[in-house]
Amino acid sequence: MSALDLARIQFGFTVSFHILFPAITIGLASYLAVLEGLWLATRDAVYRDLYHFWSKVFAINFAMGVVSGLVMAYEFGTNWSYFTAFAGGVTGPLLTYEVLTAFFLEAGFLGVMLFGWNKVGPGLHFFATLMVALGTLVSATWILASNSWMQTPQGFEIVNGRVVPVDWLKVIFNPSFPYRLTHMVLASFLSTGLFVGASAAWHLLRGRSSPPIRTMLSMAMWLVAALAPLQILVGDQHGLNTLKYQPAKIAAMEGHWQNTPGESVPLILFGWPDMAAETTRYALEIPYLGSLILTHSLDGVIPGLKEFKPEDRPDSTVVFWTFRIMVGLGMLMLALGAWSLWLRWKKDLFSSELFLRAALAMGPAGLIALLAGWVTTEMGRQPWVVYGIMRTKDAVSNHSALAITITLTAFIILYFAVFGMGVAYMMKVIAKGPDDDSGGGQPDPETDPHVRPARPLSAIKTPMDAPSFSNLRGE
Amino acid sequence: MDMGIDLPLIWAGIIGFGLMMYVIMDGFDLGIGILFPFVQDPGDRDTMVNTVAPVWDGNETWLVLGGAGLLAAFPIAYSVILSAAYLPIIAMLMGLICRGVAFEFRFKADEAHKPIWDRAFTGGSYVATFSQGVILGSFINGFSVTNGAYSGSPLDWLTPFGIFSGFGLIIAYALLGTTWLILKTESDLQTRMRSLARPIAFALLATIAVVSLWTPLAHPEISSRWFSFPNIVFFSPVPILVVLSTFAILWAVGRDTHALPFVLALILIFLGYTGLAISLWPNIVPPSISIWEAASPPQSLGFTLVGALFIIPFILIYTAWAYHVFRGKVKAGEGYH
Ligand code: HDD
Ligand code: HEM
Ligand code: HEM
Repeated sequence: MSALDLARIQFGFTVSFHILFPAITIGLASYLAVLEGLWLATRDAVYRDLYHFWSKVFAINFAMGVVSGLVMAYEFGTNWSYFTAFAGGVTGPLLTYEVLTAFFLEAGFLGVMLFGWNKVGPGLHFFATLMVALGTLVSATWILASNSWMQTPQGFEIVNGRVVPVDWLKVIFNPSFPYRLTHMVLASFLSTGLFVGASAAWHLLRGRSSPPIRTMLSMAMWLVAALAPLQILVGDQHGLNTLKYQPAKIAAMEGHWQNTPGESVPLILFGWPDMAAETTRYALEIPYLGSLILTHSLDGVIPGLKEFKPEDRPDSTVVFWTFRIMVGLGMLMLALGAWSLWLRWKKDLFSSELFLRAALAMGPAGLIALLAGWVTTEMGRQPWVVYGIMRTKDAVSNHSALAITITLTAFIILYFAVFGMGVAYMMKVIAKGPDDDSGGGQPDPETDPHVRPARPLSAIKTPMDAPSFSNLRGE
Repeated sequence: MDMGIDLPLIWAGIIGFGLMMYVIMDGFDLGIGILFPFVQDPGDRDTMVNTVAPVWDGNETWLVLGGAGLLAAFPIAYSVILSAAYLPIIAMLMGLICRGVAFEFRFKADEAHKPIWDRAFTGGSYVATFSQGVILGSFINGFSVTNGAYSGSPLDWLTPFGIFSGFGLIIAYALLGTTWLILKTESDLQTRMRSLARPIAFALLATIAVVSLWTPLAHPEISSRWFSFPNIVFFSPVPILVVLSTFAILWAVGRDTHALPFVLALILIFLGYTGLAISLWPNIVPPSISIWEAASPPQSLGFTLVGALFIIPFILIYTAWAYHVFRGKVKAGEGYH
């Protein structure tokens, strides 16, 4: 394999791991803010218990998000040095703004949010939670402005072989940015909602039907029912935008090679795009539907892949399928949401075993759809790193294949070991459930068992269910 | 620049400030991992980690700012340095991964797993610090550059000076760690830190002395920077203050002081940092690319500067507030909520 392929695999591998954590961070941070707000407004202990429970999961997830993100920020330079030298004048300032406005905000208030329950008043604590939630959304905004600029660049000139930004508003509000931002934030919320819902379903299936667990399922299913249809609408608009600015990507996503004069574009449900033979094999087609979805008219046509030079075509085999995985899962989410509304109306939401099994099975669906979506977007952009401006092969640093093989192997081993354990810890916390440490009342340092030396109690209170990871077992 | 403002100069100042904040703040934080092998008691180890648990993420963010700022303001430097130091950078990132997650995981793990995360915490801290030292060493040694891109070998950083810098930085962070713990802990643990601080301070003084001799000997331009007249007059306070503050640390750790050793250690690190800046100025990719040659277009520098000048004061305020909330001694067996 060439150094270029290895550098791409390395970047794709590390960013795919990374994005899973921010997606849950973005969703959970807002969820925690809602829970704390409800607790302050209603003083219903259910919300406070859920807050403490999910903030433990949040803490583990956040740590993994930060360390995997650190890698990303440096990989631009280590792996794509020609890209950074060329376009750093645009991507650098955007990343810097992300650090200044988002990462510091999250980090600055995270300590108070996780450890400050008894150190600051409730209002200030709520403020800290809100700032962390805001930070995650601001972070998504900047990084997606940067990524979208690479997809649909504008507002710049090329001077002496380097990108010079001339209009920052155009750079940031580039054509695909609003769609990508909305689509990604909704994806994060959906992923988190499905994850929370699956956790609740798991407990309910084991017969643990306490108020916090029912509240968890109910809140999660409201979210899925509301956001799944919205996501599909936004995705459709996103696709139209892509058709306008990156028609080769859409052709690849649809496995569409050429137009027959006078005929509309069918929708290929399934098939196997063959890049060498320039055709989509075994295609199962629905006439007119392609035209209808992509041009919103019965006889509109879209460019086929053959209209692009072979060296300008993205790999249709991959993006055809990743796109279908994403859309298919989106449809399943829609179905789950609708089903939950129906059961809610029949007052059967917490007891239908079939539904609970489905909610459990759909737990990872959001994250899978999100990854599939990113692979579609990124591989569909190929062979360009900055669309139409710089090719990926011109962006890569001059490392030897050997050096990248070594670091790639190390990353793979380290990521699976470290993040594998982390996810296992997260699952263990979730398996304990929110009822486990509902101590009643506001935790009080004098009587709260978590503040006392816990070793003598370890039979009842394993370290797993400490209210925060800072619970000590010292003498 | 047409406005008469030297944007690259201001940016060099901001990045220098960010990196110094990083060295100071993540320095004591990494120092705690470096000191782990010298403290065996599990309760003490928990206390040590608890002194930084609420703030470590913010400390590390300064490193992200350093990287992002370098990318924004000096993309050429970012791309050359990061490809030249590819292997140590990846090693540093892997070290930071191990220790960053160990923070959270060691409190979630059961007793059987806990030693694994303690080892990950220690190992990660050593690897990250050593790699940073190696990167610093190779930075001082300079990079071979052709047509604005790195043209050396993947192992150019592997020099005796680089290795020495790696160990030197471990000592520097260890000193920050001990003095931080003198500030934040009490009784036995604090006493232990007081006795550790002495040999470490001596070792750091020796390290600084070796670097101060080695760099001018190996790099004539650095030597002429320091030893020509009138520079020598302006710069001579730096080494004198280094010696003075080291002895002040030795004095202070033997008395009933709590904050003073840490403050003095910060001064010492600051002086060492200043010394390096004097040696390398105005190159951002030593030995040949200056900050003006590596700079981004003024449109990028100006746009980012507005944000930086406006936002950094707020960052400093709420960071200070977070430290204020968690002020005071961390007691054995105390958990935060
Ligand atoms: C800000 C920029 C940015 C962002 C937010 C993302 N990527 Fe990306 N991605 C790149 C910037 C980039 C890149 C630096 O531009 C790469 C390297 C080579 C290339 O063409 O694009 C790339 C390549 C790349 C590849 C390899 C594609 C190929 O070489 O054919 C994959 C699989 C992904 N990315 C996946 C992702 C995922 C799962 C992301 C979710 C967060 C993601 N990218 C976000
Ligand atoms: C290749 C592109 C990316 C880079 C270089 C990158 C960089 C980083 C870095 C350096 C951090 C750690 C910051 C800290 O120290 O607190 C981080 C965390 C984060 N990133 Fe990314 N990131 C990328 C992709 C994304 C995307 C696509 C999103 C969301 C849409 C995202 C959202 C976040 C969020 C919310 C955090 C903070 C929460 C957490 O750590 O889990 N990132 N990222
Ligand atoms: C079911 C209907 C959906 C449609 C029609 C749709 C459409 C699209 C399209 C066209 C793209 C590529 C845009 C481009 O690269 O220019 C995309 C990307 C993406 N999709 Fe979807 N999507 C749907 C559902 C989902 C769901 C359910 C999720 C996750 C929960 C999701 C997550 C993503 C993500 C993360 C990306 C990459 C970021 C971006 O470009 O926005 N999508 N989607």
